[in-house]
Amino acid sequence: MAVGKMSVMQDMMASVEPQIPGLRRYARALTGDVSSADDLVQDCLERVVSRWSQRRADGDVKSWLFTILHNLAVSQFRLAKRRGGHVAIEDASEDAVARAPSQEDGMRHRELVARLDALPDDQRDVILLVTIEGLSYAEAARVLDIPVGTVMSRLSRGRERLLRSISADEPAHSVTHLRSVK
Amino acid sequence: MTARPISEDDLQAYVDDALSDDGRRHVSAYLSANPDVADRVRRLCEQRDQLRAAYAPILREPVPPELNLGRIVEASRRPSFASWRSMAAAVALLALGGGAGWIGRGVNQFPATGVLALAQEASQSFTTYASDHGRPVELRAADSAELVAWMSKRLNVKVTAPDLTASGYRFMGGRIVPTAHGPAGMFMYDDDHGQRLVMLMRRMASSGDAPMSEHEMGRIGGVAWARAGMGYSLVGDAAPKDIYPLADVIRAQTAKI
Repeated sequence: MAVGKMSVMQDMMASVEPQIPGLRRYARALTGDVSSADDLVQDCLERVVSRWSQRRADGDVKSWLFTILHNLAVSQFRLAKRRGGHVAIEDASEDAVARAPSQEDGMRHRELVARLDALPDDQRDVILLVTIEGLSYAEAARVLDIPVGTVMSRLSRGRERLLRSISADEPAHSVTHLRSVK
Repeated sequence: MTARPISEDDLQAYVDDALSDDGRRHVSAYLSANPDVADRVRRLCEQRDQLRAAYAPILREPVPPELNLGRIVEASRRPSFASWRSMAAAVALLALGGGAGWIGRGVNQFPATGVLALAQEASQSFTTYASDHGRPVELRAADSAELVAWMSKRLNVKVTAPDLTASGYRFMGGRIVPTAHGPAGMFMYDDDHGQRLVMLMRRMASSGDAPMSEHEMGRIGGVAWARAGMGYSLVGDAAPKDIYPLADVIRAQTAKI
Protein backbone atom coordinates (compact mmCIF):
# COMPACT_ATOMS: atom_id res chain seq x y z
CA MET A 1 0.00 0.00 0.00
CA ALA A 2 2.67 2.50 1.04
CA VAL A 3 4.77 1.48 -1.94
CA GLY A 4 1.77 1.84 -4.27
CA LYS A 5 1.03 5.29 -2.97
CA MET A 6 4.66 6.31 -3.34
CA SER A 7 4.79 5.31 -6.99
CA VAL A 8 1.49 7.10 -7.67
CA MET A 9 3.06 10.28 -6.26
CA GLN A 10 6.25 9.77 -8.27
CA ASP A 11 4.18 9.24 -11.38
CA MET A 12 2.30 12.46 -10.65
CA MET A 13 5.51 14.43 -10.03
CA ALA A 14 7.09 13.14 -13.24
CA SER A 15 4.05 14.12 -15.32
CA VAL A 16 3.21 17.44 -13.69
CA GLU A 17 6.53 19.03 -12.81
CA PRO A 18 7.71 19.63 -16.40
CA GLN A 19 4.46 21.52 -17.08
CA ILE A 20 4.85 24.06 -14.27
CA PRO A 21 6.78 26.68 -16.30
CA GLY A 22 4.10 26.58 -19.01
CA LEU A 23 1.32 26.86 -16.43
CA ARG A 24 3.07 29.89 -14.93
CA ARG A 25 3.33 31.47 -18.36
CA TYR A 26 -0.34 30.91 -19.20
CA ALA A 27 -1.40 32.25 -15.80
CA ARG A 28 0.87 35.29 -16.27
CA ALA A 29 -0.61 35.97 -19.69
CA LEU A 30 -4.15 35.73 -18.27
CA THR A 31 -3.58 37.87 -15.20
CA GLY A 32 -0.76 40.14 -16.33
CA ASP A 33 0.68 40.03 -12.83
CA VAL A 34 3.42 37.82 -11.37
CA SER A 35 2.04 37.26 -7.91
CA SER A 36 -1.60 36.66 -8.79
CA ALA A 37 -0.44 34.34 -11.58
CA ASP A 38 1.71 32.28 -9.21
CA ASP A 39 -1.12 32.20 -6.67
CA LEU A 40 -3.35 30.76 -9.38
CA VAL A 41 -0.74 28.15 -10.29
CA GLN A 42 -0.33 27.22 -6.63
CA ASP A 43 -4.10 26.75 -6.31
CA CYS A 44 -4.03 24.71 -9.47
CA LEU A 45 -1.22 22.45 -8.23
CA GLU A 46 -2.93 21.91 -4.88
CA ARG A 47 -6.00 20.69 -6.73
CA VAL A 48 -3.88 18.55 -9.02
CA VAL A 49 -2.25 16.86 -6.02
CA SER A 50 -5.55 16.19 -4.27
CA ARG A 51 -7.39 15.04 -7.40
CA TRP A 52 -4.66 13.16 -9.21
CA SER A 53 -6.15 9.73 -8.64
CA GLN A 54 -9.61 10.97 -9.59
CA ARG A 55 -8.68 12.17 -13.06
CA ARG A 56 -9.68 10.07 -16.04
CA ALA A 57 -6.89 7.60 -16.61
CA ASP A 58 -7.14 7.91 -20.39
CA GLY A 59 -7.16 11.71 -20.43
CA ASP A 60 -3.92 13.53 -21.21
CA VAL A 61 -2.23 15.33 -18.35
CA LYS A 62 -1.37 18.57 -20.12
CA SER A 63 -4.90 19.50 -21.11
CA TRP A 64 -6.19 18.39 -17.68
CA LEU A 65 -3.70 20.76 -15.98
CA PHE A 66 -4.54 23.68 -18.26
CA THR A 67 -8.26 23.03 -17.80
CA ILE A 68 -7.96 23.30 -14.02
CA LEU A 69 -5.83 26.45 -14.30
CA HIS A 70 -8.11 28.05 -16.87
CA ASN A 71 -11.23 27.39 -14.82
CA LEU A 72 -9.60 28.78 -11.68
CA ALA A 73 -8.56 31.89 -13.59
CA VAL A 74 -12.04 32.38 -14.98
CA SER A 75 -13.73 31.96 -11.61
CA GLN A 76 -11.22 33.94 -9.53
CA PHE A 77 -9.49 36.51 -11.62
CA ARG A 78 -12.16 37.53 -14.08
CA LEU A 79 -14.73 37.62 -11.33
CA ALA A 80 -12.52 39.99 -9.35
CA LYS A 81 -12.09 42.13 -12.43
CA ARG A 82 -15.81 42.26 -12.99
CA ARG A 83 -16.25 43.44 -9.42
CA GLY A 84 -14.30 46.55 -10.30
CA GLY A 85 -10.67 45.58 -10.11
CA HIS A 86 -9.98 46.16 -13.80
CA VAL A 87 -6.28 46.47 -14.49
CA ALA A 88 -5.23 49.02 -17.05
CA ILE A 89 -3.21 47.53 -19.87
CA GLU A 90 -0.29 49.87 -19.24
CA ASP A 91 0.02 48.48 -15.71
CA ALA A 92 -0.86 44.93 -16.58
CA SER A 93 1.63 44.45 -19.37
CA GLU A 94 4.51 45.69 -17.24
CA ASP A 95 4.68 42.33 -15.50
CA ALA A 96 3.19 40.20 -18.21
CA VAL A 97 6.42 39.99 -20.15
CA ALA A 98 9.52 39.12 -18.27
CA ARG A 99 12.81 40.82 -19.02
CA ALA A 100 13.57 40.71 -22.73
CA PRO A 101 17.13 40.46 -24.03
CA SER A 102 17.22 44.11 -25.06
CA GLN A 103 15.27 47.21 -24.20
CA GLU A 104 14.08 47.53 -27.77
CA ASP A 105 12.81 43.93 -27.77
CA GLY A 106 11.23 44.60 -24.41
CA MET A 107 9.22 47.52 -25.76
CA ARG A 108 8.17 45.66 -28.85
CA HIS A 109 7.11 42.65 -26.79
CA ARG A 110 5.16 44.75 -24.33
CA GLU A 111 3.34 46.42 -27.20
CA LEU A 112 2.46 43.05 -28.71
CA VAL A 113 1.29 41.67 -25.36
CA ALA A 114 -0.84 44.76 -24.79
CA ARG A 115 -2.49 44.30 -28.18
CA LEU A 116 -3.06 40.60 -27.55
CA ASP A 117 -4.53 41.52 -24.19
CA ALA A 118 -6.94 43.89 -25.89
CA LEU A 119 -8.52 41.08 -27.91
CA PRO A 120 -11.76 39.55 -26.67
CA ASP A 121 -10.91 36.96 -24.00
CA ASP A 122 -12.15 33.99 -26.01
CA GLN A 123 -9.89 34.83 -28.97
CA ARG A 124 -6.92 35.64 -26.79
CA ASP A 125 -7.22 32.39 -24.78
CA VAL A 126 -7.15 30.27 -27.93
CA ILE A 127 -4.08 32.10 -29.27
CA LEU A 128 -2.29 31.65 -25.95
CA LEU A 129 -3.05 27.95 -25.70
CA VAL A 130 -2.24 27.10 -29.30
CA THR A 131 0.54 29.51 -30.24
CA ILE A 132 2.31 30.00 -26.93
CA GLU A 133 1.63 26.78 -25.03
CA GLY A 134 1.69 24.56 -28.11
CA LEU A 135 -1.56 22.69 -27.37
CA SER A 136 -3.15 20.86 -30.28
CA TYR A 137 -6.53 22.12 -31.48
CA ALA A 138 -8.20 19.14 -29.80
CA GLU A 139 -6.41 19.85 -26.51
CA ALA A 140 -7.34 23.54 -26.61
CA ALA A 141 -10.94 22.53 -27.29
CA ARG A 142 -10.90 20.31 -24.19
CA VAL A 143 -9.41 23.04 -22.00
CA LEU A 144 -11.97 25.61 -23.08
CA ASP A 145 -14.81 23.09 -23.31
CA ILE A 146 -15.73 24.15 -26.85
CA PRO A 147 -15.84 22.28 -30.19
CA VAL A 148 -12.66 22.13 -32.29
CA GLY A 149 -14.43 24.14 -35.00
CA THR A 150 -14.91 26.98 -32.53
CA VAL A 151 -11.21 26.84 -31.63
CA MET A 152 -10.38 27.23 -35.32
CA SER A 153 -12.71 30.15 -35.92
CA ARG A 154 -11.57 32.00 -32.78
CA LEU A 155 -7.97 31.43 -33.75
CA SER A 156 -8.52 32.79 -37.23
CA ARG A 157 -10.50 35.82 -36.07
CA GLY A 158 -8.14 36.59 -33.21
CA ARG A 159 -5.01 36.40 -35.34
CA GLU A 160 -6.55 38.54 -38.06
CA ARG A 161 -7.61 41.13 -35.55
CA LEU A 162 -4.16 41.18 -33.99
CA LEU A 163 -2.56 41.69 -37.42
CA ARG A 164 -4.90 44.56 -38.17
CA SER A 165 -4.31 46.11 -34.76
CA ILE A 166 -0.56 46.10 -35.38
CA SER A 167 -0.70 47.41 -38.94
CA ALA A 168 -3.17 50.11 -37.89
CA ASP A 169 -0.23 51.28 -35.78
CA GLU A 170 -2.19 53.03 -33.13
CA PRO A 171 -1.17 53.04 -29.49
CA ALA A 172 -2.39 49.92 -27.74
CA HIS A 173 -4.25 51.73 -24.98
CA SER A 174 -6.61 53.34 -27.47
CA VAL A 175 -8.14 49.91 -28.01
CA THR A 176 -8.37 49.20 -24.29
CA HIS A 177 -11.79 48.04 -23.30
CA LEU A 178 -13.35 46.00 -20.56
CA ARG A 179 -13.35 42.44 -21.71
CA SER A 180 -16.44 40.37 -21.61
CA VAL A 181 -16.61 37.71 -18.98
CA LYS A 182 -17.77 34.30 -20.07
CA MET B 1 -4.83 15.29 -59.51
CA THR B 2 -8.02 16.94 -58.32
CA ALA B 3 -7.07 18.59 -55.06
CA ARG B 4 -9.70 19.62 -52.56
CA PRO B 5 -9.96 23.39 -52.05
CA ILE B 6 -7.76 25.08 -49.45
CA SER B 7 -9.71 26.26 -46.40
CA GLU B 8 -8.97 28.93 -43.79
CA ASP B 9 -8.48 26.06 -41.31
CA ASP B 10 -5.72 24.70 -43.55
CA LEU B 11 -3.95 28.06 -43.47
CA GLN B 12 -4.18 28.26 -39.66
CA ALA B 13 -2.92 24.68 -39.40
CA TYR B 14 -0.07 25.63 -41.74
CA VAL B 15 0.89 28.46 -39.35
CA ASP B 16 0.72 26.04 -36.42
CA ASP B 17 2.62 23.31 -38.25
CA ALA B 18 -0.31 21.00 -37.58
CA LEU B 19 -0.64 19.59 -41.11
CA SER B 20 0.38 16.20 -42.43
CA ASP B 21 3.27 16.19 -44.91
CA ASP B 22 0.79 15.90 -47.76
CA GLY B 23 -1.37 18.68 -46.42
CA ARG B 24 1.65 20.91 -45.99
CA ARG B 25 2.82 20.32 -49.56
CA HIS B 26 -0.70 21.00 -50.77
CA VAL B 27 -0.87 24.36 -48.93
CA SER B 28 2.67 25.32 -50.00
CA ALA B 29 1.75 24.78 -53.65
CA TYR B 30 -1.36 26.88 -53.18
CA LEU B 31 0.62 29.70 -51.54
CA SER B 32 3.17 29.83 -54.35
CA ALA B 33 0.30 30.37 -56.76
CA ASN B 34 -1.42 32.98 -54.58
CA PRO B 35 1.07 35.65 -53.47
CA ASP B 36 -1.55 37.76 -51.61
CA VAL B 37 -2.54 34.88 -49.39
CA ALA B 38 1.11 33.91 -49.05
CA ASP B 39 1.88 37.41 -47.79
CA ARG B 40 -0.85 37.17 -45.18
CA VAL B 41 0.32 33.75 -44.05
CA ARG B 42 3.89 35.03 -43.83
CA ARG B 43 2.74 37.86 -41.56
CA LEU B 44 0.77 35.39 -39.44
CA CYS B 45 3.93 33.31 -39.05
CA GLU B 46 5.93 36.40 -38.07
CA GLN B 47 3.29 37.29 -35.52
CA ARG B 48 3.44 33.75 -34.15
CA ASP B 49 7.23 33.97 -33.74
CA GLN B 50 7.05 37.38 -32.08
CA LEU B 51 4.38 36.23 -29.63
CA ARG B 52 6.47 33.20 -28.72
CA ALA B 53 9.54 35.38 -28.25
CA ALA B 54 7.58 37.82 -26.06
CA TYR B 55 6.43 35.08 -23.69
CA ALA B 56 9.50 32.85 -23.84
CA PRO B 57 11.42 34.52 -20.96
CA ILE B 58 8.76 33.44 -18.44
CA LEU B 59 9.50 29.82 -19.28
CA ARG B 60 13.15 30.27 -18.32
CA GLU B 61 12.47 31.88 -14.93
CA PRO B 62 13.33 29.68 -11.96
CA VAL B 63 10.17 28.22 -10.43
CA PRO B 64 9.47 29.96 -7.09
CA PRO B 65 9.58 27.81 -3.92
CA GLU B 66 5.83 28.00 -3.29
CA LEU B 67 5.32 26.14 -6.58
CA ASN B 68 7.68 23.33 -5.62
CA LEU B 69 5.52 20.28 -6.24
CA GLY B 70 7.28 18.19 -3.59
CA ARG B 71 6.38 20.78 -0.96
CA ILE B 72 2.80 20.96 -2.12
CA VAL B 73 2.51 17.18 -1.84
CA GLU B 74 4.03 17.32 1.63
CA ALA B 75 1.70 20.15 2.71
CA SER B 76 -1.32 18.20 1.46
CA ARG B 77 -0.48 15.46 3.97
CA ARG B 78 -0.35 17.82 6.94
CA PRO B 79 -3.44 19.13 8.68
CA SER B 80 -4.55 22.40 7.15
CA PHE B 81 -2.85 25.63 8.08
CA ALA B 82 -6.12 26.95 9.49
CA SER B 83 -6.45 24.12 11.99
CA TRP B 84 -2.78 24.43 12.91
CA ARG B 85 -3.32 28.11 13.55
CA SER B 86 -6.31 27.48 15.77
CA MET B 87 -4.33 24.85 17.67
CA ALA B 88 -1.55 27.38 18.16
CA ALA B 89 -4.13 29.88 19.38
CA ALA B 90 -5.45 27.33 21.86
CA VAL B 91 -1.97 26.65 23.19
CA ALA B 92 -1.30 30.37 23.51
CA LEU B 93 -4.60 30.90 25.26
CA LEU B 94 -3.99 28.05 27.69
CA ALA B 95 -0.47 29.29 28.42
CA LEU B 96 -1.84 32.77 29.06
CA GLY B 97 -4.68 31.38 31.17
CA GLY B 98 -2.33 29.16 33.19
CA GLY B 99 0.13 31.97 33.86
CA ALA B 100 -2.52 34.43 34.93
CA GLY B 101 -4.65 31.94 36.79
CA TRP B 102 -7.43 32.31 34.21
CA ILE B 103 -7.57 28.77 33.11
CA GLY B 104 -11.29 28.45 33.67
CA ARG B 105 -11.98 31.44 31.49
CA GLY B 106 -9.62 30.15 28.80
CA VAL B 107 -11.37 26.83 28.64
CA ASN B 108 -14.73 28.55 28.41
CA GLN B 109 -13.63 30.47 25.36
CA PHE B 110 -11.92 27.58 23.66
CA PRO B 111 -12.41 25.06 22.18
CA ALA B 112 -15.59 25.67 20.26
CA THR B 113 -18.77 24.09 21.51
CA GLY B 114 -22.09 23.11 19.99
CA VAL B 115 -22.46 22.84 16.23
CA LEU B 116 -19.35 25.00 15.74
CA ALA B 117 -17.24 22.26 17.33
CA LEU B 118 -19.01 19.70 15.17
CA ALA B 119 -18.27 21.82 12.10
CA GLN B 120 -14.57 21.85 12.99
CA GLU B 121 -14.57 18.09 13.48
CA ALA B 122 -16.31 17.59 10.13
CA SER B 123 -13.73 19.82 8.40
CA GLN B 124 -10.92 17.83 10.00
CA SER B 125 -12.50 14.56 8.90
CA PHE B 126 -12.81 15.95 5.39
CA THR B 127 -9.16 17.05 5.36
CA THR B 128 -7.99 13.66 6.55
CA TYR B 129 -10.24 11.27 4.69
CA ALA B 130 -11.56 12.97 1.54
CA SER B 131 -8.00 13.42 0.27
CA ASP B 132 -7.21 9.77 0.94
CA HIS B 133 -7.10 8.07 -2.44
CA GLY B 134 -6.43 4.53 -1.24
CA ARG B 135 -8.92 4.10 1.59
CA PRO B 136 -11.16 7.11 2.12
CA VAL B 137 -13.77 4.99 3.90
CA GLU B 138 -13.42 1.95 6.11
CA LEU B 139 -16.66 0.31 4.97
CA ARG B 140 -17.76 0.87 1.40
CA ALA B 141 -21.28 1.52 0.15
CA ALA B 142 -21.57 -2.19 -0.74
CA ASP B 143 -21.31 -2.93 2.99
CA SER B 144 -23.73 -0.21 4.02
CA ALA B 145 -25.84 -2.56 6.15
CA GLU B 146 -22.79 -3.39 8.25
CA LEU B 147 -21.74 0.28 8.34
CA VAL B 148 -25.15 1.48 9.49
CA ALA B 149 -25.37 -1.23 12.16
CA TRP B 150 -21.90 -0.31 13.43
CA MET B 151 -22.72 3.38 13.57
CA SER B 152 -26.10 2.85 15.20
CA LYS B 153 -24.38 0.84 17.92
CA ARG B 154 -21.58 3.34 18.55
CA LEU B 155 -23.84 6.41 18.46
CA ASN B 156 -26.58 4.62 20.32
CA VAL B 157 -29.23 5.82 17.91
CA LYS B 158 -30.75 4.32 14.79
CA VAL B 159 -28.75 5.70 11.87
CA THR B 160 -29.48 5.55 8.15
CA ALA B 161 -27.17 6.81 5.42
CA PRO B 162 -28.62 9.93 3.77
CA ASP B 163 -29.21 9.53 0.04
CA LEU B 164 -27.89 12.31 -2.25
CA THR B 165 -28.30 10.43 -5.53
CA ALA B 166 -30.91 12.88 -6.78
CA SER B 167 -28.38 15.69 -6.29
CA GLY B 168 -25.71 13.84 -8.26
CA TYR B 169 -23.67 12.48 -5.33
CA ARG B 170 -23.02 8.79 -4.87
CA PHE B 171 -22.71 7.24 -1.44
CA MET B 172 -19.13 5.96 -1.06
CA GLY B 173 -19.28 4.53 2.48
CA GLY B 174 -18.10 5.68 5.87
CA ARG B 175 -16.40 5.03 9.18
CA ILE B 176 -16.44 5.95 12.86
CA VAL B 177 -14.13 8.86 13.66
CA PRO B 178 -12.97 10.09 17.08
CA THR B 179 -13.85 13.58 18.31
CA ALA B 180 -13.32 15.40 21.59
CA HIS B 181 -17.03 14.83 22.17
CA GLY B 182 -17.06 11.10 21.58
CA PRO B 183 -17.43 8.89 18.50
CA ALA B 184 -18.98 10.36 15.37
CA GLY B 185 -20.27 8.71 12.21
CA MET B 186 -18.75 9.88 8.94
CA PHE B 187 -20.44 9.31 5.57
CA MET B 188 -18.67 10.17 2.32
CA TYR B 189 -20.13 10.97 -1.11
CA ASP B 190 -18.70 11.85 -4.50
CA ASP B 191 -19.98 13.10 -7.84
CA ASP B 192 -18.96 12.34 -11.43
CA HIS B 193 -16.12 14.86 -11.23
CA GLY B 194 -14.65 13.19 -8.16
CA GLN B 195 -15.74 16.04 -5.88
CA ARG B 196 -16.19 14.61 -2.41
CA LEU B 197 -18.49 15.55 0.44
CA VAL B 198 -18.31 14.43 4.04
CA MET B 199 -21.19 14.31 6.47
CA LEU B 200 -20.39 13.93 10.14
CA MET B 201 -22.99 13.15 12.78
CA ARG B 202 -22.76 12.63 16.54
CA ARG B 203 -24.65 13.14 19.76
CA MET B 204 -24.59 16.71 21.04
CA ALA B 205 -24.12 17.68 24.68
CA SER B 206 -27.53 19.30 24.78
CA SER B 207 -30.68 17.58 23.59
CA GLY B 208 -32.14 20.56 21.75
CA ASP B 209 -32.13 21.78 18.12
CA ALA B 210 -29.76 24.21 16.44
CA PRO B 211 -30.63 25.98 13.18
CA MET B 212 -28.62 25.34 10.02
CA SER B 213 -25.54 27.54 10.01
CA GLU B 214 -22.88 28.00 7.35
CA HIS B 215 -19.19 27.72 8.19
CA GLU B 216 -15.93 27.97 6.30
CA MET B 217 -12.43 26.86 7.32
CA GLY B 218 -9.79 27.56 4.70
CA ARG B 219 -11.12 26.10 1.48
CA ILE B 220 -13.55 23.81 3.24
CA GLY B 221 -17.09 25.07 3.49
CA GLY B 222 -20.05 23.47 5.19
CA VAL B 223 -23.38 23.65 6.92
CA ALA B 224 -24.04 22.36 10.44
CA TRP B 225 -27.20 21.91 12.46
CA ALA B 226 -28.65 19.88 15.32
CA ARG B 227 -31.97 18.18 15.76
CA ALA B 228 -33.22 16.39 18.86
CA GLY B 229 -29.74 16.12 20.35
CA MET B 230 -28.07 14.81 17.16
CA GLY B 231 -25.63 17.11 15.38
CA TYR B 232 -24.97 17.03 11.64
CA SER B 233 -22.38 18.80 9.52
CA LEU B 234 -21.99 18.48 5.76
CA VAL B 235 -18.67 19.78 4.39
CA GLY B 236 -16.81 19.87 1.10
CA ASP B 237 -14.32 21.81 -1.02
CA ALA B 238 -16.96 24.38 -1.94
CA ALA B 239 -18.62 27.56 -0.72
CA PRO B 240 -21.12 27.01 2.11
CA LYS B 241 -23.94 28.43 -0.04
CA ASP B 242 -23.35 25.64 -2.57
CA ILE B 243 -23.47 23.00 0.15
CA TYR B 244 -26.63 24.41 1.71
CA PRO B 245 -29.12 22.81 -0.73
CA LEU B 246 -27.48 19.41 -0.21
CA ALA B 247 -27.58 19.86 3.56
CA ASP B 248 -31.27 20.65 3.18
CA VAL B 249 -31.84 17.32 1.42
CA ILE B 250 -30.07 15.50 4.25
CA ARG B 251 -31.98 17.40 6.90
CA ALA B 252 -35.28 16.44 5.30
CA GLN B 253 -34.21 12.79 5.34
CA THR B 254 -32.83 12.76 8.87
CA ALA B 255 -36.08 14.19 10.17
CA LYS B 256 -37.44 10.69 9.79
CA ILE B 257 -34.71 9.05 11.88
